[in-house]
Amino acid sequence: MDIITALTIFVLAIFIGVEIISKVPPTLHTPLMSGSNAISGITLVGALLAGGGFWGGLLGFVAIVFATLNVVGGFLVTHRMLAMFKKKN
Amino acid sequence: MIDNLLDMLLLAQEGPLLKSPDNAAEVIEVATEAISSPSAISWANLGYLVAAVLFILGIKGMTHPRTAVRGNQLGAFGMLIAVLVVMLSGQVVSWPVALIGMLVGTAGGIWLANTVQMTQMPQLVALFNGFGGIASVLVAGSELIKASNPGFAGFAAGMTGLIGSVTFTGSLIAAGKLQELPQFKKPWSFGGQQFVSAGLLVFGLLLSWMMTDGSGVEYVLLVVASLVLGTLLVLPIGGADMPVVIALLNSYSGLAAAAAGFVINNNVLIIAGSLVGASGLILTQIMCKAMNRSLANVLFAKFEASGPAADADEVYAGKIKSTTAEEVAMLLDGVQRVIFVPGYGLAVAQAQHAVRELANLLEASGVSVEYAIHPVAGRMPGHMNVLLAEADVPYDQLKEMDEINPTFSQCDVAIVIGANDVVNPVANTDPSSPIAGMPILEVSEARTVIMIKRSLSPGFAGIPNPLFAADNCLMFFGDGKKALVDLIAALKEG
Repeated sequence: MDIITALTIFVLAIFIGVEIISKVPPTLHTPLMSGSNAISGITLVGALLAGGGFWGGLLGFVAIVFATLNVVGGFLVTHRMLAMFKKKN
Repeated sequence: MIDNLLDMLLLAQEGPLLKSPDNAAEVIEVATEAISSPSAISWANLGYLVAAVLFILGIKGMTHPRTAVRGNQLGAFGMLIAVLVVMLSGQVVSWPVALIGMLVGTAGGIWLANTVQMTQMPQLVALFNGFGGIASVLVAGSELIKASNPGFAGFAAGMTGLIGSVTFTGSLIAAGKLQELPQFKKPWSFGGQQFVSAGLLVFGLLLSWMMTDGSGVEYVLLVVASLVLGTLLVLPIGGADMPVVIALLNSYSGLAAAAAGFVINNNVLIIAGSLVGASGLILTQIMCKAMNRSLANVLFAKFEASGPAADADEVYAGKIKSTTAEEVAMLLDGVQRVIFVPGYGLAVAQAQHAVRELANLLEASGVSVEYAIHPVAGRMPGHMNVLLAEADVPYDQLKEMDEINPTFSQCDVAIVIGANDVVNPVANTDPSSPIAGMPILEVSEARTVIMIKRSLSPGFAGIPNPLFAADNCLMFFGDGKKALVDLIAALKEG
């Protein structure tokens, strides 16, 4: 993948993000934040691919721990919050 | 798939040419290579695309409380697919490292998510932002060890290191401030701090630029400088400005992941990262707008008035009317519409359940109850809504500022609990005030305003609130929760 393709994907994804997130009501801003935060833990994919040698492996390991914390904790706590939102009866 | 078959056919044809069993290892190597790349990688990319689409659908689900739970699940499912794709791609370097790492992270994540209280949600999200940021920094670092002449990827690694490290220390300090750890209680700054920060930023950008030839030393320097930068940026910022800071750090954690995507040339990181980056930026913008301040003003300027502030004694002298639970209970007898205005003080007093109980009591006697939520009430965007949802307040009673403001004039009693600056009419009347132009909840339009508050002390803006002295305002002094409990008791007696 060349740089321009990658940049194109980056810019278009930002536009998609702006479009859909503008429609999220303020009531859900906290779950939106923790949920999108969990998605930013996607760096876990990079962490799993990391490694090579002692230092690479060590950095990879710490990265995997932090990214997994981010992903698992983020999605679970978002679920906990969203489950509390109820309509009147 | 077809490519794979062709590769295998070619191998089968070439096979007999390899005579001795000594070459067996070589054959297997050639075969695995042919099967696993490059077509296998494009399968992986297809899997990443599915994950990215699920992320987008997931966030889309967040546009309504009814679909939000499903949205979050879709996002989590997307993440699962992305992780499975990596594992099946045969590119995981070390299985023990991967499995133990994920096990530790999962255990920690489950524990944090289940033990956190809803009032602590802002600091938890801040922590998670920081974790994501540092993970991206480490991913870029480990990739640099592998690459000898990274070119553009080196620059991207530099940017990952810069953004990710700022996110990490910035988030940790924000979390410390939100947790109200004594070390971080006071905003801290020194003369010329902004110049030091600017210097560090330029230094970091220069190093990123120099990293196209891939040097580990430069990366370490850059990360250290950026860790300091993140600290310096967040230390001077006060508690009530935290909603902006967390939203911004949320955005950075996404951008760091996207930058890491450029380093390892991976689409799903770029897409997911930029979605989160956009999300954080929009929330930052909404928060700034709700305070009528620019982002630069929140981050770099001291929060002060352009003219002399009104003297509290002068504003309040002889005009404060104090009330009691019994009086308020009588006042609430026979009203038709009550609006609660919760602020951060409600969360501090853990009074959300008491509010709900009072609302139940009022509703049982036919009163219409609503909640007016200011966008910056609480310590993070939407925080107050979560606290009230926890107390079983139905989400259709939670009203946004623009929706409820025109209706305060048809409200019998507005009960303000632990909010101050967001209901201060000075924002509309005094252009030299530090909160001038900030959109406020127009509670003074209500027939009667009850302010539940410990004292006449000012809010974060440090200015007196003329609403307290208004003719239609009664001050109900006391701890938010205790005041509500007393009021409930008085209502039940009456």
